[in-house]
Amino acid sequence: MPEDLVAIDGIILPGGESTTISMLLESSGTFEPLSELLSHGLPAFGTCAGMILLSNEVLDGRNDQRSFDRIDIAVRRNAFGRQIASFEKQIDVRGLAEPFQAVFIRSPGVESVGPEVEVLATIELDKEIEIPVLCRQNNILVSSFHPELTDDLRLHQMFLSEL
Amino acid sequence: MAESNSDSNSQIGTVRVKRGLADMLRGGVIMDVVTPDEAKIAEDAGAVAVMALERVPADIRRDGGVARMSDPSMIEAIQQTVTIPVMAKARIGHFAEAQVLESLGVDYVDESEVLTPADEAHHIDKWAFTVPFVCGATNLGEALRRISEGACMIRSKGEAGTGNIVEAVRHLRSILGDIRKLTQADEAELFDWAKQLQAPLGLVQEVAETGALPVPMFCAGGIATPADVSLVMQLGAEAVFVGSGIFKSEDPAPRAKAIVEATTHYRDPAMVAKVSRGLGEAMPGLEIGTLETKLAERGW
Repeated sequence: MPEDLVAIDGIILPGGESTTISMLLESSGTFEPLSELLSHGLPAFGTCAGMILLSNEVLDGRNDQRSFDRIDIAVRRNAFGRQIASFEKQIDVRGLAEPFQAVFIRSPGVESVGPEVEVLATIELDKEIEIPVLCRQNNILVSSFHPELTDDLRLHQMFLSEL
Repeated sequence: MAESNSDSNSQIGTVRVKRGLADMLRGGVIMDVVTPDEAKIAEDAGAVAVMALERVPADIRRDGGVARMSDPSMIEAIQQTVTIPVMAKARIGHFAEAQVLESLGVDYVDESEVLTPADEAHHIDKWAFTVPFVCGATNLGEALRRISEGACMIRSKGEAGTGNIVEAVRHLRSILGDIRKLTQADEAELFDWAKQLQAPLGLVQEVAETGALPVPMFCAGGIATPADVSLVMQLGAEAVFVGSGIFKSEDPAPRAKAIVEATTHYRDPAMVAKVSRGLGEAMPGLEIGTLETKLAERGW
């Protein structure tokens, strides 16, 4: 709700169903005030659905689906397929000494990144294609996987260090 | 984009991946749909997933006969219509139906008492599948037995197709009440609890320590109004399945939307009041005492 946004220092947009979240942000009157805060530099960390919501282009979305346009990436929903194709794997993250166990659930895929975007981790598909899975632009951090499904807090710490 | 992930350290179908989707559905509404049109209405209303089936429980109850897995072409038509997860039901113990559903790429299989059971002693060995399963439970022992068989989401059963919330409340209170008692038990008492619950000791110990099931617990069976949703969410359900309650009501689309809003704002009575206005008639309800078949009694 809009009143919950008062005096926050940053926001985490976690996983879930992006179409539903977008709809509820709208119907609760939270979309506009949150969008306003983000455009004035509110730091944000979006995972999976949260990544979709922060991106500037959503592919395979619903026509009425809105996003905050805070990071210059094009994201395709469910890019890795249905639940039976969901997976977890160890990834290397720039800035972290040890690998990170990343859980991908019907995950979105980043199809293109703008010049301002830093790619902090990628995964390799079919030996050829490197897909970005963790990206940052200024104080906006997005992952196509779910750090909230593990006990590893390093990405949350990375986000908090920006506040 | 590439179809498959060829990297060798990548694993599909792990417990974390299977339970993870259930985690992502928390706070949402999963709606029973029988046609692509209904699936569209559900998605438009903000459902986090749909359950594709041939007849909603109210019709299964009315028509009688053997209720089976849905026609694959119907499930595929629904998969092609919506972008949210699509679940489907298999009969209790009918692992071949579950295999078919997995091959269709459904996102969750509901091993459901709403369909006619195929095995009166054994549930499906759910560990053998990549697709995750949800199972119904009326009490904590049943929930833990299903989890021991590999279920990655539990839903309290309620009494499907009745529009009567009383059984859902009974089952939720039973499961959550026993969890609260378990957290108070000492180590020695847990052995007896495991015996009484007919559930594996390890799971009983885990619940006693954490105070929660190791998988998300949703509520199903009898939800018909936004206030029903608020009730079961306040009692401790983490999300809701709504079956006949939406598409057997007078005006499904606004009711579907109202139920989604009430699930999000379940702690806010003014909001539940607001979305409850002018929804038309809810589905006609049934007294539990008058039922010939109690679906919740199926499953062992």
